[in-house]
Amino acid sequence: MPKLIRNRELTADSWLLLEGDPATAVPAGDVIVPLAVWLGQRAALAARDGRTGVCLAPHEDPAALAGDLDRLPLVAVSFPKFTDGRGFSTARLLRERYRFKGELRAVGDVLRDQLLFLARCGFDAFALRDDQDAEAALAAFADFTEAYQGGVDQPVPLFRRRLAAGSSR
Amino acid sequence: MYRYDDIDQRLVDERVQQFRDQTRRFLAGQLSDEEFKSLRLRNGLYLQRHAPMLRIAIPYGLLSTAQLRKLAHLARTYDRGYGHFSTRQNLQLNWPKVEDVPDMLAELATVQMHAIQTSGNAVRNITTDHFAGVAADEIVDALVWCEIVRQWSTFNPEFSYLPRKFKIAINGAAADRAATWVHDIGLHAVRADGGPVEPGDPFPSPAVGFRVLVGGGLGRTPIIGHVIREFLPWRHLLTYLDAILRVYNRYGRRDNIHKARIKILVKERGPEAFDREVEEEWSHLRDGPATLVPEEIERVASRFTRPAYERLPAVDPGFERLRSSDKAFAAWVKRNVHPHKVPGYAAVTLSLKKTGVPPGDATADQMDAIADLADRYTFGELRVSHEQNLIFAEVAQRDLDRLWRELRPLGLATPNIGLITNIIACPGGDFCSLANARSIPVAEAIQRRFDDLDHVFDVGELDLNISGCMNACGHHHVGHIGILGVDKAGEEFYQIEIGGNQGETRPGAKAALGKVLGPSFSQGEVPDAIERLVRCYLGLRDSEEERFIDVVQRVGVEPFKAHLYAKADQESRAHSRQLAAA
Repeated sequence: MPKLIRNRELTADSWLLLEGDPATAVPAGDVIVPLAVWLGQRAALAARDGRTGVCLAPHEDPAALAGDLDRLPLVAVSFPKFTDGRGFSTARLLRERYRFKGELRAVGDVLRDQLLFLARCGFDAFALRDDQDAEAALAAFADFTEAYQGGVDQPVPLFRRRLAAGSSR
Repeated sequence: MYRYDDIDQRLVDERVQQFRDQTRRFLAGQLSDEEFKSLRLRNGLYLQRHAPMLRIAIPYGLLSTAQLRKLAHLARTYDRGYGHFSTRQNLQLNWPKVEDVPDMLAELATVQMHAIQTSGNAVRNITTDHFAGVAADEIVDALVWCEIVRQWSTFNPEFSYLPRKFKIAINGAAADRAATWVHDIGLHAVRADGGPVEPGDPFPSPAVGFRVLVGGGLGRTPIIGHVIREFLPWRHLLTYLDAILRVYNRYGRRDNIHKARIKILVKERGPEAFDREVEEEWSHLRDGPATLVPEEIERVASRFTRPAYERLPAVDPGFERLRSSDKAFAAWVKRNVHPHKVPGYAAVTLSLKKTGVPPGDATADQMDAIADLADRYTFGELRVSHEQNLIFAEVAQRDLDRLWRELRPLGLATPNIGLITNIIACPGGDFCSLANARSIPVAEAIQRRFDDLDHVFDVGELDLNISGCMNACGHHHVGHIGILGVDKAGEEFYQIEIGGNQGETRPGAKAALGKVLGPSFSQGEVPDAIERLVRCYLGLRDSEEERFIDVVQRVGVEPFKAHLYAKADQESRAHSRQLAAA
């Protein structure tokens, strides 16, 4: 059973999430590598057969990828613990400051009850923790039908939309 | 009151549904304790020593009578008939059942209430001056700004899993009645030119902005906040908060719960370096879509109910007559009645600090009675103060006499606001699983010692705060006298500090943290120790105008320390001599 949600649908996943040190040998195929591997083996990774994505750990600065984002089809942000909220800021920076347009995937301790806020911060793919009921988790995107703040999904905060609606009435 | 529109209501209703489903999954074993913990805390639900505790949000302390009646109903139906008003202007119920909480939240939603983000590692209830909107020394009505920040903070997707809890206080007046210097962020309304806002100024005045303090806090590492910006034009408020929170969310420590508050980040980096990081972050967010516009301030302001004031004489003759003829009434007026910006009106504090009642507690029957009084005397609204009292903010002077006579039999007219018996205390070891020691019996013993009202009046203004553990929920660090419960080999002891101050509640002593005087005392010794400190103060003060805190700031803690322990030493030496002679 697939545990990947992409664009709010369950889907099969072709990507392998690789862990290891900067010198780790990267196999062929679609592989998500740690930032250190990417920085250390950029040329070799490009010459390989298959696509390459990069995974940022919570403490890693998305600025490190600023020059690469145009050619990366996928960036993952890891959540070693669901309570570690740094990845929410990482995602917004990737989308809003560095204008990343590819797949932004949450990996690790990714649970149903964080999905909506992750999506609001710019994630469009979610590799759920193994024990999660992915089918049931889809409902979480509808937990709230409106939001006060702007986000990646809706950049205009509610107060501006309220005013626009009020003035058009 | 801020009246919800359809969207505000929908969000609260959807929250109830979400939590109902989360509770169902937890009870069905589909959510682990730890996963549910993070979810229940952000809905105010704690699992405590004896039973769960539900902390209900009272945004910026403002409450309608319909809401208060609902709280009374919940206390009666789901709890043991009373509630506890906390130092962050919230209400805590101590015995609800986990499975009942979704129904309780659904009931709250029917009166535009909730328990959203009253706990957990997110932005908590925004707190403010309990006289906001009526204070004579007001620069802006802080309630409007609190609501704007409440909306920004509610379900903020980026800042819902912060390193630790995050508390913001906003003060709109010249005096600081919101303890802003000991919050993660404190905001002071200021005018660019330092002058007052004139009645003819446009609303919102373009000259108004905020002084931004960051990194204050109590707890184990008490720190007075740092000013990182002297003047932030109001339109930038939300983007600047975004910048601070983003820096904190990314770099605040997550390796040690005791070092995870923003104050530690600010301290470790240094306020200047932290300021630079915020400015750098803000340079990207400034003038973005979250930049506030005058129409939004007007919209929020217009959704607040406003009292229909009568045109009244500035001084009511009947009120003046009674004040000069009735000593008890005069005492209550002196302590519990406060100035109001509208002629002929006053704000009144209902003291929840009657001796023998846990500070901040009110029964369901009292809540209903208070709601009835608020409907009759103060336009159907009231406030909760961070000193754990209730405020009727809009009472006509001519009604003060009748209100006072109705409050007395309810036990709500104790004339002790600002005095030593107006104790701030956490629930302590009687309720809280974190506490080292009990707070409530200590508060009661001190109140009994100082109950002779004339004696209290001689002592003058004195904040005495008690916390049952170093988490400092009772704000002991900013009490003029602070008492901290400590555990000594399984026994409850109490450390005493002096010189703390919550802020410039009136011009003079600035916000300060207390200094511990020396070895701790057993529970039975505490009232004597406090009395020794008070007697020392009475001997040192220049006049009745010089408060305890003013004397401590003038002469330092040494004379108090000497007085406190010298006497104890003499007693113990005398005791030793007696033993030796026997």
